Parts: sequence; structure tokens; C-alpha cells
Amino acid sequence: VTTEGLTPALGRALLFEMLRIRRFEEAAAEQYSAGKIRGFLHLYIGEEAIAVGAIRALAPDEAIVSTYREHGHALVKGISPRAIMAEMFGKLEGCARGRGGSMHLFDAATRFYGGNAIVAAGLPVAAGLALGDKMQGRTRVTACFFGDGAVAEGEFHETLNLAALWKLPVLFACENNLYAMGTRLERYSSQTDLCVKAQACGVPAISVDGNDVLAVVEATDAACRRIRAGGGPEFIEFRTYRLRGHSMFDAQLYRDKREVDEWIPREPIARFEATLRELGLLDDADLAQLEAQIAAEIADAIAFAEAGTLEPVEDLTRFVLSEEQR
Amino acid sequence: MRITYREAVRAAIVEALERDERVFLLGEDVGMYGGCYAVSKGLLERFGPERIRDTPLAESAFVGAGIGAALAGMRPIVEVMTCNFSLLALDQIVNNAATLLHMSGGQFNTPLVIRTTTGAGRQLAAQHSHSFEGWFAHIPGIKVLAPATLEDARGMLWTALEDPDPVLIFEHVGLYNMEGELAADAGPVGIDRAEIRRVGTALSLLTYGGCLFKCLDAAAQLAELGIAAEVVDLRTLRPLDDATILASVRKTHRVLIVDEGWRSGSISAEISARIMEQCFYDLDAPVARLCSAEVPIPYAKQLEDAAVPQIETIIAAARELLER
Repeated sequence: VTTEGLTPALGRALLFEMLRIRRFEEAAAEQYSAGKIRGFLHLYIGEEAIAVGAIRALAPDEAIVSTYREHGHALVKGISPRAIMAEMFGKLEGCARGRGGSMHLFDAATRFYGGNAIVAAGLPVAAGLALGDKMQGRTRVTACFFGDGAVAEGEFHETLNLAALWKLPVLFACENNLYAMGTRLERYSSQTDLCVKAQACGVPAISVDGNDVLAVVEATDAACRRIRAGGGPEFIEFRTYRLRGHSMFDAQLYRDKREVDEWIPREPIARFEATLRELGLLDDADLAQLEAQIAAEIADAIAFAEAGTLEPVEDLTRFVLSEEQR
Repeated sequence: MRITYREAVRAAIVEALERDERVFLLGEDVGMYGGCYAVSKGLLERFGPERIRDTPLAESAFVGAGIGAALAGMRPIVEVMTCNFSLLALDQIVNNAATLLHMSGGQFNTPLVIRTTTGAGRQLAAQHSHSFEGWFAHIPGIKVLAPATLEDARGMLWTALEDPDPVLIFEHVGLYNMEGELAADAGPVGIDRAEIRRVGTALSLLTYGGCLFKCLDAAAQLAELGIAAEVVDLRTLRPLDDATILASVRKTHRVLIVDEGWRSGSISAEISARIMEQCFYDLDAPVARLCSAEVPIPYAKQLEDAAVPQIETIIAAARELLER
């Protein structure tokens, strides 16, 4: 999709989805401060264009394996804001009965396989999901999201090698926000061009501006088409920047405030909003309407989470093993 | 029919591949090489490279791929060459396979079987000879099997494949060449009960895997001394079959646990604690344990032999327990 081919409907849809993630996470941060959400909360603010642009390329039955910074992926894949908020509130009505919290969102209906909080541990599982599809003759992509920090893990190299060797239909979507928690790329990686690492395993790799939602849509759509056609796995590096801390506990001593300020004009939502306005595809009234719709949805999600119930303590040991053999 | 333990495992894999098209085998050298311990010899030619998959030396990736394939509806058998190497896949086994079902609120079960070798006795030294089955038995969300007999080598795999959750099967390296009689119609066996392999009244030898036949030999020699030892084959280390263990203890009142794992924090410690918790007043003596010496298993034969339970040390420990 280029700006020329951008329809008003698509433009509004992309903006809506990005704004929806942003406002949802701002609300989550508020609920965190209010003590309603506990544990770790990792915000995706500044990186929304990747989830919105990339997941658009997936069919509903195509799986996602994600990380602990996955609210955006979960929302775009179709898990309801209600179920996600309730999960973070630790409620039974959450998408994992309140057992996973923010880092471990799961949903069988939308084929969302987490919410993995061990960096790079989702990659082998994604390869296996793709292997299962391939062996059963199903033509579908498994999309695996991970951060730049994951490329330093052995599981990254092991999995890309295996996926390329077996031509598995996996999209390796690397969200390079320049930091592995608080350690900057140049300080933890001898090779800072992440595509080179993927290419070393024989996986085609491209680098895309992850803050440009149209570029994300275009690159991912093309990659998924090639993967479905049997071309084997692909790697896309989405260059982005996390505007908030690693988690809510992060004092951000490792980076200069000026660096954050430099990325603010490049953040994806304001940028895309400006594009839409320039093209005459969005005005103040449109935006107000989108914001109102999102605000209502989030208020509903919070009310739903508040009203949710707690899983009975007697159920603590349920699902350690499958119920059918109890 | 005469058959070796190796052939019994192979027959089990063949049966599984023939019965269920979702079953496939993957692991290091399972195909062209025929398996490090020759278990899968001939299977590549028979079933083809789609179902007999040689993998890179990347334990985490291929165990994780097994998990993913299981989630996607397949029934993978993952072979990990030795349980020492399984530590390279510990993240996938513990953080994913054992955890996903509970963490996802019951949504994602992982019907995965991992086969691996365990144990000492072949002078393979300290990075190929350890016994980690007791470690894995610590982890909720998985089952841990230790087939010792030909019947179990032949029969546990299919039952494990029918299980909706991850099952780890530990095959002792010292058993592969063991030869014996197996019924031609031998098939799947249960994986939830311990078995009394020799009936006795004087003491209970609780053991599993590679130590089972050492215990049976020791029991035969003890019988010549007039000591009737009962031998209990645990078969499954998680979940433990408390009922069979406790019934034996209540009958003999004396227990010697023989375990090739290290003593500290071991499955033998767990069994001892359960006996103490549940039938303390049935005991005529403290629970005794014979485990491996707390050293990395060495190469030199006399040192390796001294490091793990042997028939002579089992007899000595039993006599000490009985003060005879």
C-alpha cells in the first residue's frame, strides 16, 4: 500500500487500530498505578504500527506467537479488550482465566499462542506450529513476534536454521526497538545489522521502518504471500522505538531523555494522522469520532474487568494436566 | 519371541507410525545414522524423511518444534540423544511444554513425547552418563516414565502418545542390549502403576530403570541367604504410584530405595519423605537409600562402577538394613 493507493476506509482502519492499542495501554498504565493491575506491565507505546500493519496480512486462522509485550498483537488478532483487561486484573473472565496476566495472553479461538516471557523461547514453538501445518498440508503462515534482544539468544539461531532447512512457513517479525531491556543494541551485539544474522541462516531478510504503518503493511503482506506460496521462512526487521520504559518499574537510567524526544516526531500514530490529514482523508470530526468509539470500548473493558470474578482457589491445580485424565 | 530392549523400543515406534499418521520421529541422527543407539535403524528407509526427521544439533529448537507441532495437531516423538543433552532444551521442556496448559487457563495442551537415554555403565564419562529423570520428576505438568522391562519398552510409548500432555521416557543405556522373551502380541501397557517384580516379605527394594535388574539379581542372592526381598519397579516417576509403594512398605516394614540419581534432592528423597509422611508407624527401621556417589560420573571403569549402585552394594545395604 502506498499513499496513492490508500483508501479512506483503510486509512481510518489503520489509524483506529493503532489508536485503540495506544489508548488501551494508557488505560492499562492508569489501572496499574491504581493497583488494579499488578506484576509486570510492558507497554508497546510507540511500536503500534507493527502489530497493526503486520497482523493485517494474516488470515484469521493463521497463528501468532508473541512476547510479553503483546497487548497490541492480541488486540489486533481479535482478542477482546474485555478479555485482555480482565486477564490483567487477574479475573476468571480473562483470556487465560487470570493465570497469565499481562505477559501471558492466550486465546485458542484466535490462535494466539502467548504471551511468552522467556526471550526467544517462542521461536521454536512457532517453527513447530508451522511444521504441523506443513505436514498436514495446510497453507498458512505462523507469525512469530520478538524483540531485538531475542537475536542474541541461541534459540533464535537454532530456529532460523531449522526453519530455513525445512522451509517452514514462518514469518519472523523482529521488533527492533534498539534495547534489550536496558542494554542498547551496540552494547550487546557484535553485529548490529540484524538482517545479516537471519541471512546467515539462509532466511531472506529485509529491514522496514516499523513506525510507518503503510510500509509495514506492504512488506508483511508481500512476505506472507511468498511464504504461503512455499517460499520458506522470512525475517523482517521492523525498526522502531519504545517510548515508555521497559516495564512500569523502569527508571530509564540507560538512555538520555533527548533520545526519547528525538523519536517522538517519528512515532507512528501522529505521523500517520498527519499523512491522512494531508491527503484529505481525515478531519477533526473523524478523529473525535474514532477517539469516542475507542474510549467507550475501553471504559467497557475496564467495567467488565472490575465486575469480573476470581477463579476459586479450589481450582488452583486444574489444568496442570488435561482434565480428560483427571 | 526373542527380542532386545532396543528392538522392543523400535517395534513400539513402528507400531505408532503405522497406527497414527500424525506420529513422526525427530531428533539428532534418527534417520540416516539410524539413531545414536541404533533404535531407529531402518526407519528412514521404511517411513521416509517426512516422518523420520534428522535435526540439526539444536536441542532447544527441535524440542520446541515438537511442542509447536503437537499444538498444531501432530503427535511428535522427539528423541534427545542423552538426558545430558536434554539440559540444552530445558527451557522448552519446563517453561513451555510443562507450563502452557496451566498458564493458558486450560486452552493449550501439548501431546508431546520425548524419548531420551539415561544412566551410566558404558564408560561414557561425565557428560553422557548422568541420570536426570529424578530432576524432571520435580516438574508439574509432565509425566516421567522409566521403562525397564521389555514389556514396558514395547508398551509405554503408545500409551504415552495417547496422553494429552507431555510425557518424557527415560531409557537406560545399559538396557538396550538386554535380550529376553516378549510375547508376540505384546502391546500398549499402563503408565500409572508401579509393579511388584518379585514378591517378598523381609524388605522392599524400591527401584526403576537400569537398577531394576541389579535389584532382582540382588534379591535372588539375598534369597539364598534366607532373606525374601520384594522388588518394586516404580515404572513412572511422576506421578508416583504411592498406593503400590505404601502397600509394599506396610507388608515388609523395611525399605531400601535404589536410585542411580544422586542422593541430595533426589526422587529417592521424595519417596522416602512420602513413606515417612504416610506410613511412618509401619516402619521397623529408617528408610535406607542407595544412590550414586555425588560425583560427576567418571570414565575409568573401576571409578564408574564404584559411583553407581551395584548388585554387591545393594546386597550389603539390604543386609545392613536387616542387621543380618
